[in-house]
Amino acid sequence: MAEPAGRTPRPSIEPAKAGTQCIAPTEVMRRDHPKMLVHQRDDTVRGGIRGAKASLRGCIDCHAGAQSHSVAKAPGDFCMSCHAYAAVKIDCFECHASTKGVKR
Amino acid sequence: MSASPKPADTGRRAWLGAAAAGLAGVMLAPGVRLIEVAAAPPARTGGADPAVRWGLLIDTTKCAPGCDACVSACQTENGLGTPTRSTDARWIRKIEIKEIRTGRQASVPVMCQHCAEPPCVDVCPTGASFKRADGIVLVDRHSCIGCRYCMMACPYKARSFVHEPLTDQHPDVPRGKGCVESCTLCVHRLDRGEKTTACAEACAKAGHGAIVFGDLNDPASEIARRVREIQTTQLRADLRLDPGVRYHGI
Repeated sequence: MAEPAGRTPRPSIEPAKAGTQCIAPTEVMRRDHPKMLVHQRDDTVRGGIRGAKASLRGCIDCHAGAQSHSVAKAPGDFCMSCHAYAAVKIDCFECHASTKGVKR
Repeated sequence: MSASPKPADTGRRAWLGAAAAGLAGVMLAPGVRLIEVAAAPPARTGGADPAVRWGLLIDTTKCAPGCDACVSACQTENGLGTPTRSTDARWIRKIEIKEIRTGRQASVPVMCQHCAEPPCVDVCPTGASFKRADGIVLVDRHSCIGCRYCMMACPYKARSFVHEPLTDQHPDVPRGKGCVESCTLCVHRLDRGEKTTACAEACAKAGHGAIVFGDLNDPASEIARRVREIQTTQLRADLRLDPGVRYHGI
């Protein structure tokens, strides 16, 4: 990292699963992913509408880390790398599973 | 807001949809698309149907004392784990009742009764307790502050509070510390289009068939036929909460 001494290292973001395409361009996702998820969660929980375009499960399916199979378990995982840098605590995974591939 | 689109519109809508999909899939540069058309997410479902009233019929004459198939199926389905302390989450409890004068005994599974007039919803200060259009009473954990007022209000002791941090929740059933929770009538299954709950399925598999799940509003459904034919009771019917769970033989 070519950062001045004492600066927090910039996040290194693990690429998404090969052959997948995000639901919106990167710039939009970086800025608006919380809005998308908040809107969709009310539709799902209260209205019972599933399969919306934006979904937390969808994020995890493509962005789970190759080693941890999670978006939030290891410090370098997809969600944690930026959120640690921006010092924004996320509570999603207090309740939601952050791991991919648990299918019963 | 057009609740029911006219049939004449559908052809034009389909054409517009196809045109939009074509535009979205335009190649910006080789290998770079604005929005991937092929990787479209699963179809958006219509949501809870207000014409439906989901409910359970529990035939206590068929429920076997000592059998806990429904309880363990619920724990597995929802990732609850086996309770070890009195404060651990219990979405279904098996209650053994006995009439002292006659000695007649019955075994009764009790879960959230999914009232039409739910007192938990009345008392919730944040609006986290709510009733879905299809009659399922749920907790929106995004707004639950864990005050437990609903647990006090519920005459059936149906709700549990999560006291400890949880890990390895099931992807279909998010749950966590600091929130109240209860039976969801396996809402994740219903929204997928399945027609049964884990407890009803397990009871049938165990050979008892004491729990029937279905739409009380659909006269052709098994549950509606059974409640029409046999005598059933709502627990604490005097409270006039109109529960969606009915019991036979108590």
